[in-house]
Amino acid sequence: MSRKIRIRKGADIRLKGRPTKTVETAAPTATYAVQPPNYHGIVPKLEVKEGAAVEAGSPLFHSKETPAMKFLSPISGTVKAIVRGEKRRILAVVVESDGGNKAVALGKINVTEASADEIRGAMLSHGMFPFVEQRPFADVANPMDAPRSIHVSGFDSAPLAPDMEIVLRDRMEAFQSGIHALSALVHGDAVHVGARPEQSMFSGLDKVAVTTFEGPHPAGNVGVQIHHTLPVNKGEVVWTMHAEDVANLGETLTTGFYTTKRTVSAAGSEHPSPKYFQTNLGCELTALTAGHQGDATRFISGNPLTGTHAAADGYLGGLDHQVTLLPEGNEPKFLLTSGWLSPGLDKFSLSKSYPTWLMPKSKEFVMDTNTGGEERAFVVTGQYEPVFPFDIYPVQLIKSILANDIDAMEKLGIYEVAPEDFALCEYACTSKIDVQDIVRDGLDNLKKELG
Amino acid sequence: MKALHKMLDSIRPHFEEGGKLSRFWVVYDSLETFAFTPGHTTKSGVHIRDGVDLKRTMFMVIVALIPALLFGTWNQGHQYLLSIGEVSVADPLMMAFWDKLLIGAVKVLPLVVVSYGVGLGIEFLFAGMRGHSINEGYLVSGMLIPLIMPVDVPLWMLALAVAFAVIIAKEVFGGTGMNILNVALTARAFLFFAYPKQLSGEIWIHEVATSKAGGLLVDGYTGATALGHLASTVGKAPTEPAVAGVMDMFAAGGMFSLTNSFFGLIPGSVGETSALAILIGAALLIWTGIGSWKVMSSFLVGGLAMGAIFNAMGLNAYMTIPAIHQVVMGGFMFGMVFMATDPVSAAQTERGKWIYGFFGGFLSIMIRVFNPAYPEGVMMAILFMNVMAPLIDHYVIQANVSKREKRAEFALAKRATA
Repeated sequence: MSRKIRIRKGADIRLKGRPTKTVETAAPTATYAVQPPNYHGIVPKLEVKEGAAVEAGSPLFHSKETPAMKFLSPISGTVKAIVRGEKRRILAVVVESDGGNKAVALGKINVTEASADEIRGAMLSHGMFPFVEQRPFADVANPMDAPRSIHVSGFDSAPLAPDMEIVLRDRMEAFQSGIHALSALVHGDAVHVGARPEQSMFSGLDKVAVTTFEGPHPAGNVGVQIHHTLPVNKGEVVWTMHAEDVANLGETLTTGFYTTKRTVSAAGSEHPSPKYFQTNLGCELTALTAGHQGDATRFISGNPLTGTHAAADGYLGGLDHQVTLLPEGNEPKFLLTSGWLSPGLDKFSLSKSYPTWLMPKSKEFVMDTNTGGEERAFVVTGQYEPVFPFDIYPVQLIKSILANDIDAMEKLGIYEVAPEDFALCEYACTSKIDVQDIVRDGLDNLKKELG
Repeated sequence: MKALHKMLDSIRPHFEEGGKLSRFWVVYDSLETFAFTPGHTTKSGVHIRDGVDLKRTMFMVIVALIPALLFGTWNQGHQYLLSIGEVSVADPLMMAFWDKLLIGAVKVLPLVVVSYGVGLGIEFLFAGMRGHSINEGYLVSGMLIPLIMPVDVPLWMLALAVAFAVIIAKEVFGGTGMNILNVALTARAFLFFAYPKQLSGEIWIHEVATSKAGGLLVDGYTGATALGHLASTVGKAPTEPAVAGVMDMFAAGGMFSLTNSFFGLIPGSVGETSALAILIGAALLIWTGIGSWKVMSSFLVGGLAMGAIFNAMGLNAYMTIPAIHQVVMGGFMFGMVFMATDPVSAAQTERGKWIYGFFGGFLSIMIRVFNPAYPEGVMMAILFMNVMAPLIDHYVIQANVSKREKRAEFALAKRATA
């Protein structure tokens, strides 16, 4: 028996450029990159130098805080470059593939019988722990914690997101192994999976509590699912993991080889032929974008709401399962034709001052990256709440963060949220406020304060 | 439109840092962004943004004000011609339509021009001083202010009120989005308290004093508003002839009958008289979601509730005015639709909006009846509720906070027993 929950708040942004259901194996790329900034809260310590030979599964760097937490190379080859940014911060470790598939045997684990400590240790040494995120703070989990529960979202509701049915189609066995491993780590409750009512793939699984969710985005956000099944209270720690990474975890532990498969939804109105690609962590985006060129295109590793702005010759982010190509909106828009006084027949808007809501639900829209106005003081109220399915006051929480009032943040429920949960608020904001950045700052400050 | 943009681009260097006209950057910037939504792209966070911005939002409110503005302009001419007997109530309303509109426009347009001129002037000054771009907030305030003024208010007084409201009610708090009180109502309140003599009695109909002196004034026209007349009955026995005379004006067929009050064929501030025109605006605001239907409906319910309570008490003539008649008179409707819904000064939580609106309406009628010295109870009630709004929000949020704390305690206890 699974619980059924209906999410009423939220919105599905109907973007053009959905992937067709075909899955293509992406051509292997010349280089692959592991990018430390993808793993929030991690300070990397390099274990390799430029020019070093590595195999798939060789450590590239580890977490300064937890040296046992290894970040492994997804392929075999040589370390081509260590890309650094400001203050010598490491942005990427680029490995040039040698075309071979030499891999380090990391050791198999019997996921149904191993103890929590064995699994924890294996996840750290087998490079799988960086894919575990925690609430509160929405960053890489602390392996020393005993999570109250672990949550996996079984579907992605973000615009143009991959369909988990396709992603996990042939990997349910690995997924089950991953669940077994995770369930050993739970202290108190269980592993929870959130699914759509029509998804039957999770129903026969062992050691998992399935909850079904109806409703628009962000129903697929794991934070929303946690909030509606077992909300995070102060003092509790909850872990989350992407469903595909759960399958990778299962496969890694049962085979003993580092597995970081990515079934990527390559989508967006600028994508020449939107479809799914089977590839590996950190591949070059060119393999997924069919060599699409042009300055007028925004390359996003991830979805259009939470993804990272990538270069056309950039890499797939470590926690991303989607690549989105959108037109850049850097042309000024004349007020009557496409600006603020335009009829806006081609605009998707959550505001009823545009006619989107009169159009058929099947109509899909091309959206560019224009901000559609300038940043302003916060004026319009009641705009975040309809797209924020939490029993939390979003505006007041954001204000408490801006005031850096830790006490108020705690009281208003910051433990339960991640920046991605505010993505639709940010989308809808008339005043163009960078809501996700504010929430991220709040979480970072909270963590610093709590030590 | 490329040509226009090229032209703007070509004069841009003059306004930029180091250019000859750099101190007018704000002016250039606001004009450019008025004509062209800038080609700014998203930097962090979401990559796509909704097309709606503050300009469009504020513009929708202006559009919603147009029926009240047009009707009010016509009505000021209508009232003037009625007061000097050029037309009579028996004549068709369309008679002398253009004359009425013209007379009204000659009075109303200067009010609008002065309001925008002074208000925007101050806004530009502050934006220039603070180095930020113009917020669109005043576009709406600037239209609201003339609509809640008596038609014959001296322009210098209006200018003073606008300056006071923009500087004291808004800019000292940090500008648009930061104010505690509704800016337009602050302008009205300023005049009400600073120039009580000029703002009562004979300025509600154009030139009423002059007409009276010239012997042109038709009997029964004193230039007082419906609420002014009603206020004069308070403290007198309902049987007094003066009171009965006033009450006759509110009966069917009287000057302030329910129909006249609803359609707005009565003297009053420029934009407030016609409930019908205001409700057309309200429909647009609710339809686009820009005005809170929660505030409007609870405000109306609050007003009707207080009116009904007074009807039940019936202690004086004023209290016997039916609740439905009460809410279509004076500034009630205008305040309900355009003032109480100001998102910055209203309650910001959805639950708080119900409470805020209800008490706004409730107090409007209460103040109006209990204190005849303040016939415009709506203004006082909304300003009072503006001050109370943060308190309402505080309690609404506190309820949410304690719910969360209870849940945490429960979870803690459960873990302890497990």
